[in-house]
Amino acid sequence: MTRISIPMPSKLSRRALLSGIGGLGAAVLLPASPARAISESGATALVEKVVKEINLVINSGRPEAQMIAQFEAMLRSYADVPTIARSCLGPAAREISSAQLAAYTEAFAGYVARKYGKRFREFIGSEIRVTGARPYKDRYIVQTVFDLRGQAPFDVDFLVTDRSGRMLFYEMVIEGVSMLATERAEIGAMLDAQRGDVTKLTAALRQAG
Amino acid sequence: MIPRLPRPAALRLLALAGLVALAGACTRPEPGTVSRADQPFDPYEAQNRQMHEVNVALDRAVLRPAGTVYAKVVPQPVNQLAGNFSRNLGTPSDVVNNLLQGRLKDAGVNTVRFVMNSTIGVGGLIDAATAFGIAPRDTDFGETLAIWGVPEGAYQELPVLGPSTERATAGRIVDLFTNPLDPLMDRSQRRLKWGSAVAHGVGERGYRRQTVDSVLYDSADSYAQLRLIYLQNRRHDLGVEMGDAYLDPYGETGGEAYDPYIDPYAE
Repeated sequence: MTRISIPMPSKLSRRALLSGIGGLGAAVLLPASPARAISESGATALVEKVVKEINLVINSGRPEAQMIAQFEAMLRSYADVPTIARSCLGPAAREISSAQLAAYTEAFAGYVARKYGKRFREFIGSEIRVTGARPYKDRYIVQTVFDLRGQAPFDVDFLVTDRSGRMLFYEMVIEGVSMLATERAEIGAMLDAQRGDVTKLTAALRQAG
Repeated sequence: MIPRLPRPAALRLLALAGLVALAGACTRPEPGTVSRADQPFDPYEAQNRQMHEVNVALDRAVLRPAGTVYAKVVPQPVNQLAGNFSRNLGTPSDVVNNLLQGRLKDAGVNTVRFVMNSTIGVGGLIDAATAFGIAPRDTDFGETLAIWGVPEGAYQELPVLGPSTERATAGRIVDLFTNPLDPLMDRSQRRLKWGSAVAHGVGERGYRRQTVDSVLYDSADSYAQLRLIYLQNRRHDLGVEMGDAYLDPYGETGGEAYDPYIDPYAE
């Protein structure tokens, strides 16, 4: 700021200069790679919590219905359910009312909890642990391993971001198989079966899983 | 990175001939048609779907009921012995493939596993090597082809065997000849090997009934589900780096050239 004594001809140019300085400042502050709003330790801590809860649920010895209810609560606390649901619905999500979308999202959460919650029975006695994390875009991929009794362990990756305003996971990749891709295909097929009617899809989802 | 290794000229020639033949056999998608993990390359979808119907009917009529009974009668740890046994006899094929891939370390690991399991593992019934922390390096000629640069090719659903790709199918055929142990076995030994493999498979269908049923019978489109699960899992097994290939639900503009990861935030 050595040239501060130079007179400003007009308000406009002063604003231009200020915004220029502001822009420069932003350019200096921003790293070349996308700004990562979340930290590795934050993302890992989230998945640690998820894994701890799953471990508790599967080894609780509770009946399946309770395990599914606990899993649904865990999903709602730690996963970005609205974004996952909307993404799985695809372009149809833009053509429906917000009430329809909300009803669909509710039904979707229950469907996912039942479908994946039922699989937990196979994990009884197993142990899940976080093995590492790596940056991806403005996010983190947190890697976990499911150690099953008498079977080869398998990898589950959680993709974590705070794009929703809170730090949540939005994708689970099980031995390379993406939950988002799987459910996109499945919800798409269900929507086709209902001839594109989201209200009917929502009703079908309440029964499915 | 695959280390460059001096290989005998004959082997190199064989590899080259196979590479040319198989690369020609594997269909390549038109550029730009397959850009995401959930858009598989499946030009034979109509025929594949017909085969899928047949396979599901076979499962319903034979494999599923057999597996259900088997799982009730045979405890899982016992079935594991059958699986260990047939897998151990298949390990020499893995070693051959590891060598063809230039993965000498894996070849060494699998050799050690074969020796350990065949001796202290009581003829392969017990996976002693894994108990000692020496995990298997599973492979096949399909992976060898992948390492040699052969493209994955089109998706296929084979009779009885189920999901595959053109490259994996070519690998299966070649793998009928990559096991140096096979010519040494007599008929009854071969029958024992294949019998235990089939028994193990039937058992696995039984123990995993719920999971398999949910894909085959509870999906809105079981063909599409099976195809997606197989292709993504196979690529994972071959160590295809997802890299930036995750779907991004947060930013789908459709312009991302090769992002197999979904971004739900991009809509």
